[in-house]
Amino acid sequence: MAIDWATVEHVARLARLALTDEERERFVGQLGRILEYCARLDAISIEGVPATSHVLPIVNVLREDLPAPCLSRDEVLAAAPAHEQGFFKVPRVLEAE
Amino acid sequence: MAPSVWESARALRAAYAAGTLLPSQVIAAALDRIALRDPKLHAFLHLDSERARQEAVEWDGLYAQARRNAAGDTLPPLAGIPVAVKDNLCTRGVPTTCGSRILDGWLPPYDATVIARLRRAGAVIIGKTNLDEFAMGSSTENSAFGPTRNPWDLSRVPGGSSGGSAAAVAAGYVPLALGSDTGGSIRQPAGFCGVVGLKPTYGRVSRYGLVAFASSLDQIGPFARDVADCALLLNVIAGADPRDSTSADVPVPDFLGATDQPRHGIRLGVPSEAFGSGVDAGVAEAVRAALDTFDNLGFRVEEIALPTLDAALPTYYLIAPAEASSNLARYDGVRHGMRDGSDDLFEMVTRTRQRGFGAEVKRRIMLGTYALSAGYYEAFYIKAQKVRTLVARDFDRAFAQVDIVVMPTSPTLPFAIGERVDDPLQMYFSDIFTIPVNLAGLPGLSLPCGFSAGLPVGMQLVGRAFDETTLLQAGGAYQQATSWHLRHAPEA
Amino acid sequence: MERSEPMDPTGAGGGTREVVIGIEIHVQLLTASKMFCGCPTEFGAPPNTLVCPVCLGLPGSLPVLNRRAVELGLRTAVALGCRVHSRSRFHRKNYYYPDLAKNYQISQYQYAGHPPLATGGVLEIQVGGRPWRVAIRRVHLEEDTARLVHPAGTGGAASSLVDYNRSGVPLMEIVTEPDLRSPGEAREFLNALRRLLQFAEVSSCRMEEGTLRCDANLSLQPPGGPPGVRTEVKNMNSVRAVERALAFEAVRQHEVLARGEVVVQETRHWDERRGVTFASRSKEEAEDYRYFPEPDLVPLDVDGAWVAAIREALPELPAARRDRLIATFGLAAYDADLITATPAMAKFFEETVTLGPHPKVVANWLSGAVAAYLNEHGVEIDQIALTPARLSALLLLVDEGTVSGRTAKDVLVEMIAHDQEPEAVVEARGLQQISDEATLRVVVDKVIADHPGPAAEIRAGKVRALPFLVGQVMRATGGRANPEAANRLLKERLS
Repeated sequence: MAIDWATVEHVARLARLALTDEERERFVGQLGRILEYCARLDAISIEGVPATSHVLPIVNVLREDLPAPCLSRDEVLAAAPAHEQGFFKVPRVLEAE
Repeated sequence: MAPSVWESARALRAAYAAGTLLPSQVIAAALDRIALRDPKLHAFLHLDSERARQEAVEWDGLYAQARRNAAGDTLPPLAGIPVAVKDNLCTRGVPTTCGSRILDGWLPPYDATVIARLRRAGAVIIGKTNLDEFAMGSSTENSAFGPTRNPWDLSRVPGGSSGGSAAAVAAGYVPLALGSDTGGSIRQPAGFCGVVGLKPTYGRVSRYGLVAFASSLDQIGPFARDVADCALLLNVIAGADPRDSTSADVPVPDFLGATDQPRHGIRLGVPSEAFGSGVDAGVAEAVRAALDTFDNLGFRVEEIALPTLDAALPTYYLIAPAEASSNLARYDGVRHGMRDGSDDLFEMVTRTRQRGFGAEVKRRIMLGTYALSAGYYEAFYIKAQKVRTLVARDFDRAFAQVDIVVMPTSPTLPFAIGERVDDPLQMYFSDIFTIPVNLAGLPGLSLPCGFSAGLPVGMQLVGRAFDETTLLQAGGAYQQATSWHLRHAPEA
Repeated sequence: MERSEPMDPTGAGGGTREVVIGIEIHVQLLTASKMFCGCPTEFGAPPNTLVCPVCLGLPGSLPVLNRRAVELGLRTAVALGCRVHSRSRFHRKNYYYPDLAKNYQISQYQYAGHPPLATGGVLEIQVGGRPWRVAIRRVHLEEDTARLVHPAGTGGAASSLVDYNRSGVPLMEIVTEPDLRSPGEAREFLNALRRLLQFAEVSSCRMEEGTLRCDANLSLQPPGGPPGVRTEVKNMNSVRAVERALAFEAVRQHEVLARGEVVVQETRHWDERRGVTFASRSKEEAEDYRYFPEPDLVPLDVDGAWVAAIREALPELPAARRDRLIATFGLAAYDADLITATPAMAKFFEETVTLGPHPKVVANWLSGAVAAYLNEHGVEIDQIALTPARLSALLLLVDEGTVSGRTAKDVLVEMIAHDQEPEAVVEARGLQQISDEATLRVVVDKVIADHPGPAAEIRAGKVRALPFLVGQVMRATGGRANPEAANRLLKERLS
């Protein structure tokens, strides 16, 4: 499974990772080898086999619509890298997405 | 009586009740031992010493009171017992780093369900143990805070990702510890460190408060030095939790009681695939000898087939990273943990993640993002989910024939620190026998079954879903007939 | 089926392209707690006070689905005649944005083998006086995002602020087929859907509070030709804005095509102040949401019995309510429409009627004076200090002759303004009707003396001037004279 530099760069953007040149180079090789290994699955027939996203045979786990206590704002903001007037603060978000 | 660091939790509990030993003595001894040995071993990332000492003193008083009370000992099952927990379990107000710089300094505002259950059971949580960053690894070398060493040979890895918890039990710090297992992260380090480790059935233990790696595979489980202690801790943490939709509403049997009642006629299945090439000769020999022991004990041992065993590893390395890539998206420098400042939002997020995550975590995020991305989803992720079905069916077929599947826990002995860090595939191979069990959601018990070149060998017993009892009964019978679990790592 | 005329906003030649509109609505469900945790769904609390580990996306937290949210989704599906799927699953929609606590949104995405909660319904609207059926593509559940605040700041603030109170609030998405053919139809559809959801007690549907949000897509289709390129329009905060934005967009696309250019598929934002749509900053890469089944939740299975129970408990929907009001109380169609415009109004009507007043009188008042008040002040009937008991008491005062009908309208306004009982208003302001003949006779005599001309005409048998003199009596008494008594006394004096 060949994976090229541009793909690594694209995936890194999707994953919000700012890779160094050295990392990008390394991932091209390593991810390629891992995916090549994963391509072994192609030898297995999966004709008519359903996908398992979950092993438990349970459905409909629901909670009643009852309000529960919230965290205190001090606790909430204690972990924030930056906050202001009770809000979490981030570098400006472009309004039109 | 002077506290022995090798006592079981059950023995400590009995001695507390009898008044021959005080919780404060045991906690103090444990903390002293850790202070002496852990600078070399590095099993702990954080010690909660003051709180542990305080709680121990409180238990001293409560035990004294209980002895005066005519009603007898009504204290909870782990009252005053020191326990170590893996640092990916949220502890309110106590650092929880997941072995990652990105969570350095984070104090969770809540306790994981298992932590709340430990506290309710009276356990004294003495600290948080080291792990591969976000539980991604098989050697604990991926911790951002440095590796843990194997108590049996300090030049070797303790396994991973719950290497700190396994080492803490193996080094005589604590009789009990909690770990988490996504592809072998409890069983493999248990095997490498010569202790007992159990990955319960998926859904047996609540994942609420376990920092997620791969949600459909993660499960919390106990470490102990013997099977009965392992059962004791499982009883404390098991059971449905309204906060975890994937915790199963299945009755929790008396696991501890069951380990005392050996059952006859348990059938063991041995897949020929598990003794093929790539399995260390010393490992194969020890596991085969253990099978002879079972045979002598009256267990029926027969050959079975797990034809998809080889396919499990590549399946896992598509599913687990895919889920992880999404689970780890929340570390963006906005709400918690570290932030690498920038005036630009995109840059802030990418730089925070670049600096906050280590190489293995990035590798898996990349792999998982790729497997889920447009154009590859069907070929990789969906395909892997279908093979996952085949892996589970293999086990179903096996369990129509036998009650337990026996395999080596890991194909190799503990390897040297640094030996595999540059070869991810070689590292992943370490979990080849444990990963299929996670994919099928089954319980797996690893217990010591011998030594090779002075290093412990672990054997893995895999059972039917929600039938941990049979595993504990078989493991209990084995430990009554053998003494591997009574050997102690050298005092370094 | 009969349709309204295809819209040709430019009136230019070749403008026979048909406007094709599809709508995507998000409504907040009427639950007490959030979709996946117990935090309350209140509106307007101080920032970050209605949050917990789950809706903050803290490491280790896990979602658990709110039963009520599922029931309200099912209720909507039943009300829209959708097919409810026996198994649906939640998925993760992965993208990075600070209003997403986990950087993925849990949503019932639709992909092979995994349908959303319900698909394939219909909502009937009136187009040019005729019914028109708008097909509903799907109904699904998802969680809301946090609220972002962009402080104005001098020279463009460098920061945005995030309030996670809204994070995880239960939302339902309803998507139509591209069945609407004009901005006016879009307006009609939104009004009808809002009415339906309000009567079904699924959502408050208040666009100004954000409990109903609407995105629309619009394209121009040449006659017999393939569908045109569509644009998506966002950021419309009222039904009126939706209509205006779509009208603008239709004209814009016509102009683009008229210039011989092509319409670009893009997302455009409505600027309410300038009355234009503008293209969003184009993304540097195509979206790739990497959907996959949410492993922290189990499948949602809905069987026939559950759907039947939902149908059984479905509140009366607007069309049925309207028909029943006409049949039971003999209301005129116009009044019935107005009274079933909102559930609050319908409820108000029925409660007032049970207190005694004649249904038609109540309907007249609600569609007349009360509706006028609500329109003038831009409020709903459940937001003012008028209760069925108070309206009923006021109508009794009219009936007993204590106040005149005309005065009663003033009393109504005073009651609402001062949150008072009608008797108290009448008392305090001295508005009782004057029926006492001795008192009235004095006024009548003065009016006759002051207006000798009209008085003479009446004496001469020309009664056409009588209403003028009655009006003068009313005026002299500040509207309090009993008009019938005044009429009778004037005739007596001038016969």
